[in-house]
Amino acid sequence: MLGPFLETLIGGLLTGVLYSLVALGFVLIFKASGVFNFAQGAMVLFAALTLARLTGEIDGREVHLANFVIAAAILGTALAFVGWYAWREYMARGGGPAERNRMAVLAVVGAVIGGAVAWFYGKGSWPLWVALPATAAIMGVLAYAIERLVLRHLVNQEGIILFMATLGIAYFLDGFGQTLWGSDIYKIDLGLPKAPIFLFEDVFPGGLLVEPGDLVAALIAGLLVVVLAIFFQKTRIGRALRAVADDHAAAQSVGIPLNTIWLIVWTVSGFVALAAGVIWGAKLGVQFSISLIALKALPVLILGGFTSVPGAIVGGLIIGAGEKLSEVFLAPILVRQFDLAGGGIENWFAYMLALIFLLFRPQGLFGERIIERV
Amino acid sequence: MLYREAGQFKTTYGADQQIFPILQDRLFVLAVIAAAVLVVPLFATQYLYTEILIPFLILSLAAIGLNILVGYCGQVSLGTGGFMAVGAYAAYNLGLRVPELNNLVIVFLFGGLMSAAVGILFGLPSLRIKGFYLAVATLASQFFLDWLFARVKWLTNYTPSGSVAVGETSAFGWKIDTPAERYLFILAFVVVATVVAKNLVRGHIGRSWMAIRDMDIAAEIIGFRPLRTKLSAFAVSSFFIGIAGAMWGFLRLGSWEPLAFDINRSFQILFMVIIGGLGSLLGSFLGAAFIVLTPILLNQMPGWLGVGMSTALISHLEFMVFGAMIIFFLIVEPHGLARLWSIAKEKLRLWPFPH
Amino acid sequence: MGLRKLALMGAAVVAAGIATSATAQGPNEQFIPGLIYRTGAYAPNGIPFANGVADYYALINERDGGINGVKIVYEECDTGYATDRGVECYERLKNKGPTGAAYVNPLSTGITFALTEKAPIDKIPVISMGYGRSESRDGSVFQWNFPLLGTYWSAADIIMQHIALKEGGFDKLKGKKIVLVYHDSPYGKEPIALLEKRAKMHGFTFTPMPVTHPGVEQKATWLQIRQNRPDYVLLWGWGVMNSTSIKEAAAVGFPREKLFGVWWSGAEPDVRPAEGGAKGYHAAMLQHGAGQFGVHADLKKYLYDKGKGVAKWDETDEVLYNRGLVNAMLGVESIRTAMKKFGNKPMTGEQVRWGIEHLDLSAARLKELGFEGMLQPLKVTCSDHEGTRAGRIQQWDGAKWVVVSDWYQSDDKVIKPMVDAAAKKYAAEKKLPVRDCSKES
Repeated sequence: MLGPFLETLIGGLLTGVLYSLVALGFVLIFKASGVFNFAQGAMVLFAALTLARLTGEIDGREVHLANFVIAAAILGTALAFVGWYAWREYMARGGGPAERNRMAVLAVVGAVIGGAVAWFYGKGSWPLWVALPATAAIMGVLAYAIERLVLRHLVNQEGIILFMATLGIAYFLDGFGQTLWGSDIYKIDLGLPKAPIFLFEDVFPGGLLVEPGDLVAALIAGLLVVVLAIFFQKTRIGRALRAVADDHAAAQSVGIPLNTIWLIVWTVSGFVALAAGVIWGAKLGVQFSISLIALKALPVLILGGFTSVPGAIVGGLIIGAGEKLSEVFLAPILVRQFDLAGGGIENWFAYMLALIFLLFRPQGLFGERIIERV
Repeated sequence: MLYREAGQFKTTYGADQQIFPILQDRLFVLAVIAAAVLVVPLFATQYLYTEILIPFLILSLAAIGLNILVGYCGQVSLGTGGFMAVGAYAAYNLGLRVPELNNLVIVFLFGGLMSAAVGILFGLPSLRIKGFYLAVATLASQFFLDWLFARVKWLTNYTPSGSVAVGETSAFGWKIDTPAERYLFILAFVVVATVVAKNLVRGHIGRSWMAIRDMDIAAEIIGFRPLRTKLSAFAVSSFFIGIAGAMWGFLRLGSWEPLAFDINRSFQILFMVIIGGLGSLLGSFLGAAFIVLTPILLNQMPGWLGVGMSTALISHLEFMVFGAMIIFFLIVEPHGLARLWSIAKEKLRLWPFPH
Repeated sequence: MGLRKLALMGAAVVAAGIATSATAQGPNEQFIPGLIYRTGAYAPNGIPFANGVADYYALINERDGGINGVKIVYEECDTGYATDRGVECYERLKNKGPTGAAYVNPLSTGITFALTEKAPIDKIPVISMGYGRSESRDGSVFQWNFPLLGTYWSAADIIMQHIALKEGGFDKLKGKKIVLVYHDSPYGKEPIALLEKRAKMHGFTFTPMPVTHPGVEQKATWLQIRQNRPDYVLLWGWGVMNSTSIKEAAAVGFPREKLFGVWWSGAEPDVRPAEGGAKGYHAAMLQHGAGQFGVHADLKKYLYDKGKGVAKWDETDEVLYNRGLVNAMLGVESIRTAMKKFGNKPMTGEQVRWGIEHLDLSAARLKELGFEGMLQPLKVTCSDHEGTRAGRIQQWDGAKWVVVSDWYQSDDKVIKPMVDAAAKKYAAEKKLPVRDCSKES
């Protein structure tokens, strides 16, 4: 009994790490801007699709040329709009040097990406070390577009309006990603070992099964958390982010540029989405369903707290383990007792777990204490 | 000019407190209902009935239900699909197991009542949890209810596929079969439900919901009990949603499985409420119309325009344009289509003879 | 003879009346709707099928100038595998063309269930080739449903026969453990009834294990399988669920040789993402498999050499593409059969229904059509809307599908009573009239 239990526990914890990765993206954005970003799942899909297509693991298929042309036109229009908007703003402000530098950087980045996509598209596969930064850059452009075109116009709106806007972004990205890159299954090959490892074979019959891919994913996730923690605690931008998270108005009044901060946060969460997309994509193959794993990250969020990075990690571990243990050990009992048509309780069990926990601690595990003011 | 209330004097309290104090509004609403009952059946095709009008009306009812909870009481819920499923399965089981009561009005009301009971149960956490934490927590009800109807064999009468089909649909001896009959029946139900909802939200109970929405602690201090207020909002909201769910199953689908009430349904109805306008019954209708019509129109648009596009591209573009339109509307008018309507009415006071 | 001629003439006159009333000024076109999905979670499997269907109709128009001179007008509508969207597509397309939709392929068991309620009212046959509700093969109750080539009960029975053969007879299954990993929808639940019955007959334990849509999270399921060590696992998945199942099976070390998929789990998009992990995996065949057959030569000549094909040429030998071809061919041949009786003009749904019910494809005719080696001869009748119950098993050798079994016939001694009971129950619930098939020609 102990063997299966430990095995399920390990499997659950490793799955939980993957949930954490998606949850991290949510937390970053919520912490800095109070936006409950439902588009995180769509961003994961978009990042994974982009990377998969750039690395050329396309399974012998190609997108329809017409689709590509239309998508390119849309992308071009979007970029042109962003550029025009930035230019107008720049003129209106009288154009400071910082502004000019930023625009120059953006223009260069945009030109490089646009040129690269146009030049290399269909010319075969890119190596991972080129494709990864390129995808990261595209995620940065995406973050910029979202900030400019959506969030900036919704400043000071209620949370639920912003939430709905991110749902709109999610719809848009789902369609955009598929138009641009097609809706087949694509592969991302990280060269991870696939054969399962069996630990302690002499202690437990059959050993404890561990998947190496999951281990690597857990390592990457752990690394990401450490980097993010350092970024938040030690760097100037990190301090600014924390200041914004504490109080928008106060941060603004001491001279922290809110829009820049939001741009940074969305970019960072775009990178996190890329990391999640790479790992999930390598595990499952890149296709539409990846965007649905966002739903898996939600119980992690309420358990860990919307604003806590360590909460996302610990919450992920608890939800992952709770889910798998309940499915393997509790579901068969329920099925026998109540003559059910099969188990499958893991989908709601995580939510119930989080819900019951919330009843005792409404702000989640590490969430900031809710102070009621009248 | 067209919409001027000057000269309409109220001489009794009754006249002052009626639902539509302004003559033009009364006439307009009556005209809309009359047109829906008398004019629509003259020209409506089956497609218009089954794919546009019926879904629009049913989802409007669900949106009204959700609007009571989200717009009037301020409790965000993502569990609408689950409550619709409760209504549908409760109605199915009553009709199946007590054939004497197999009357659509009775089974729908029963579906609503069961849904209200379940709503109260899942509304309990709202006493402790607020905001997005509550929104995500309501997903628990969504997933749990989905699972329940897929797994407990009794609820689906042991059908091997888990898909249930309704038999005869009739009410008080009236056999409701053709799309036109279904439409009229649903219309009647929705009109009555809207009147009930309107009277609830403008009465004492509605004011208590709004007090809780605007600031729950302040509301508590001036004497509204959060327990009773929040749970009553959950109950009333789920009641309407449950009826809508039963209608969706009986009169729209005829045969359904839990997937018909999955999480996408919840999001769809939340969209309607927010695009339409939080805290507005008119907004629920406008939002439902927008969300039902937009994808269908977008999907058929290339065909009408004669643009030869692949089916896949049409679907992807539909997603993109739909998402962009939602963002656009939120930016242009965060208070929803209902606000646009009231702005239009303001304009109509002077139009076409401005100063 | 005279009597029959008279009856035929009468029918023709009536039919002509119906047809002229509908086609008074309509063009000589046969409208066929296509409920497919090229987007969403199931797109990787939906696309090749949709391509096959579209290409076959195009081939008929290009090569033969239509069916007996009647051009096919084919319009796709993307359902995204969602039931309400599928119903909307159906309602949108059912009255198009001079005679309305000839028939409809819902391409989803959920949509099939929904359309089963609508078909008798609209008088449009529902062809659910290899899917849909299993009891709908009983044409006396389900007059408008045609689960051609095999139902899920047939599929499950064929797989069980193969397993029994490998074990050395059904009696050897006693005490064995068999698990069904299924897509949690009406589709996945269909085979449970048959497998439960087989379990009772032969004394093996049967455990169904649901996987929630879209099926990317199966770790718990497969850990349970690893701990319970079943002898065989049957897979009833669709889309990404299939490849995930195969990957997880590889991850927990369950032998892929003992993993058997239904015919919707046995195509290239299911095994390719699992790479090496899929080697040895078995799947049932809906008669045909992968590869190129007679019809492909015509496809190349009339479509692909002219750049008119929807797919890419090297994808036209895939399982799901071929299934699209078969699906379209059965529809076209049904219309042709109907034309024999009603004349060479656009057919109404009701006439096509007669055509499907009298569809009789001999081996010679199949060869003529270029489908030799893909299909066994089939004959649809009033009481049997399935046509044939034959199937084979194929195995993925790491690079391609290899047929590893002979033809099996699903056992009607087991299935027929189940069909009769279920159909009778349905008819009673819906208060449907039951047709007496012995009285029909």
